[in-house]
Amino acid sequence: MAELKGWKDIPIGGLITEPGSSKKFNTGGWRVMRPIYDRSKCIDCMMCWIVCPDMAIIQEDGIMKAIDYDYCKGCGICASVCPKNAIEMKPETEFQE
Amino acid sequence: MIAEQKKLAITGAEAAAHAMRQINPDVVAAYPITPQTPIVEKFAQYVADGVVDTEMIPVESEHSAMSAIVGAAAAGARAMTATSANGLALMHEIVYIAASSRLPIVMPVVNRALSGPINIHCDHSDTMAERDSGWVQLFAENSQEVYDLIFIALKLAENENVRLPVMVNQDGFIISHGTEIVEILPDEEIKKFIGEQKMMYSLLDTKNPVTYGPLDLYDYYFEHKRQQVEAMDNVRKVFPEIAKEYEEISGRKYSFVESYKADDAEYVMVALGSTNGTIKYVVDKMRQEGKKVGLLKITMFRPFPKEEIQYYLNGKKGVVVLDRSMSFGAEAPLYAEIKSSLYEVAVRPQLGSYIYGLGGRDITPDMIRKAFDDAIEGNLVVDEQRYLGLRE
Amino acid sequence: MAFNIKLLAKNHKEDKFVSGHRLCPGCGAPLVPKLATLVAEALNYDLVVSNATGCLEVSTTIYPYTAWNIPFIHNAFENAAATISGVETAYKALLKRGKIKPEREIKFIAFGGDGGTYDIGLQSLSGAVERGHNFVYILYDNEGYMNTGNQRSGSTPPGSQTTTAPVGKKIPGKLQLKKNIVEIMAAHENIYAATATVGDYMDYMNKLEKAFKFDGPAFIAVLTPCVRFWRIKENATLDIAKLAVETKYWPLYEVERGVYRITRKPRQFKPVKEFIESQGRFRNLLKHPMASEIIQGLQDYVDRKWERLLALEEATKDKPIR
Repeated sequence: MAELKGWKDIPIGGLITEPGSSKKFNTGGWRVMRPIYDRSKCIDCMMCWIVCPDMAIIQEDGIMKAIDYDYCKGCGICASVCPKNAIEMKPETEFQE
Repeated sequence: MIAEQKKLAITGAEAAAHAMRQINPDVVAAYPITPQTPIVEKFAQYVADGVVDTEMIPVESEHSAMSAIVGAAAAGARAMTATSANGLALMHEIVYIAASSRLPIVMPVVNRALSGPINIHCDHSDTMAERDSGWVQLFAENSQEVYDLIFIALKLAENENVRLPVMVNQDGFIISHGTEIVEILPDEEIKKFIGEQKMMYSLLDTKNPVTYGPLDLYDYYFEHKRQQVEAMDNVRKVFPEIAKEYEEISGRKYSFVESYKADDAEYVMVALGSTNGTIKYVVDKMRQEGKKVGLLKITMFRPFPKEEIQYYLNGKKGVVVLDRSMSFGAEAPLYAEIKSSLYEVAVRPQLGSYIYGLGGRDITPDMIRKAFDDAIEGNLVVDEQRYLGLRE
Repeated sequence: MAFNIKLLAKNHKEDKFVSGHRLCPGCGAPLVPKLATLVAEALNYDLVVSNATGCLEVSTTIYPYTAWNIPFIHNAFENAAATISGVETAYKALLKRGKIKPEREIKFIAFGGDGGTYDIGLQSLSGAVERGHNFVYILYDNEGYMNTGNQRSGSTPPGSQTTTAPVGKKIPGKLQLKKNIVEIMAAHENIYAATATVGDYMDYMNKLEKAFKFDGPAFIAVLTPCVRFWRIKENATLDIAKLAVETKYWPLYEVERGVYRITRKPRQFKPVKEFIESQGRFRNLLKHPMASEIIQGLQDYVDRKWERLLALEEATKDKPIR
């Protein structure tokens, strides 16, 4: 979380002048389940990309690249729509250091 | 250079409509309410006849009027609305938001008593309910002032160091429906005076998207409010500059207050709005009788002109404050602020609080004289709220 | 245009609604603006958005974080439509006067939850539609005031557990059926009004396109399951939304200037009881002695509504009222 600023250092009117600044807030810490993606099963249908409520599917030019674990909340909707079962939900605890 | 002005015999509402015509705002959204209605009607006719090319939104309530104007102003448009009484009360929620979003909105307010019981006539209860909202509040004494103050208000609102909405108050029916001579400046002079709007943080600037109205938790709300205090303080610096500019083209002076024979007066009356005209008349009469009375008219109520109050009223023998509104369970709004301003002056005057004119009750020269006489006779009681024109 | 997801993905340049918002995991609400931005991108429009107070607005704009990469205004709870009508009018005025020269055509959207639409926001919505502003009002309907902890709204179904109309020993929760918001909006005549869900997102996107291209106001009511207060699994959002359509609970249709068109006609319907049983918010209802009566009442209602829709589709075919 950013350091709190004084009244002279912020824009007037309560305006947020930096669009998309929520990207500075990592919601990945909320995860209880983590989607694990198997590239070999993926057919790049892009269904996971379009249904992810957190825009956490990274794709480039219609090709699935990765899941953005900075923001993924582990809801599992991607896994539920994948026609090839290329995404499996595993407990997040398996990935804790 | 003072421009050549045309004299028109018009009402205060028409004067406001003329001012709006010459501003030719981008957007006007208004809902009719007596006695503001003639402003909207006159302006609607200008729109229909193509005299202005303003986009007018016939909203379905005052709450939506202010909401639409907030949207339009946030989009970078010059946006205006007008209202009275319960209309102002209905938009109360959004009035605060307009100020906190720092939008340069100008709104003529035709002062009318707040219900209940329902009353369509003049008093200041409607605008007093908005005194904490963060808007600049100006009061016109007559139709000429209505016309002039609207332009000054616009420039003030749009000033980069201010960016606050401004209400220009006029007494309902008394000013709004009474015909007076008003000097109208040429369209070109007004255009030059108000200039082009400078769009700041516009919603239509899609290359620089902004978010208006976020959720401000306890970690930032306080700071945003402090910024509004700064803006109000800047009004004190900016207003005299703008008033000077306006004086140069119109020949008419405007300041936070107007001293009418108050400099050497022993007893001074303080008031807002049209009653100041009547008080001037009484002051003149009493001066002829050798009584040293005077008037301190308040033009700018918010931000409150504390320094001017202290300057003009320090050392006076007696000050009577006339309030056209009340605060139940406490002292009347103007009285309380005058008294508090005088807390530390070198020589504190005797003070008297007089409530008058509620719900359009007429205030006569005799009543004004009575208040002055109380002061002259040393018959003022600082903690007593008195009434002029009330039947006991 | 039939949207091709793969093409949308390929041509997608930049997220206009971004990650980092604080909506619950699995919440249906973020899909509502997300898909709107994708459709706008495909159709080459710029968007300006107003949003009523509620889950979507609050969770996406916690100062100083904003999930919006497009101009956004939150004004108050009941005035998303009034606010956007001011923005839209300013656009018209400034464009006319040459004070702005946007690169692309700008489309205006007002988002509102069921609280800010069915209840407190109905007046300003109706006024904006009556005046004919060119904007799209998108209702994300999660059937309650969810942002403040599940209070009942005019959209809450009967028997659903809410804090202000709880299912108790005496009273089985909210007794009224859902207010039919789409019919109310369709009654304004000069409007494109439609239902949608986050489950049938292709249908929603097609309707978004129609809404953007409609000359006048448009209204889309998107049924948006709430994981938290419908008490469903986080990954079940889309399935529950689809179930709503398959049980006739939320038929997918559109009304364009009075012409009705059902856009999804399932070959076989499931009983509405299946929809009820799929969510924890009806758990208390199912235990209540009046349960079967209430569920049967709901079944009769959705059956009648479906028949009525079919009849309206037939009766208004090619007969627009405006």
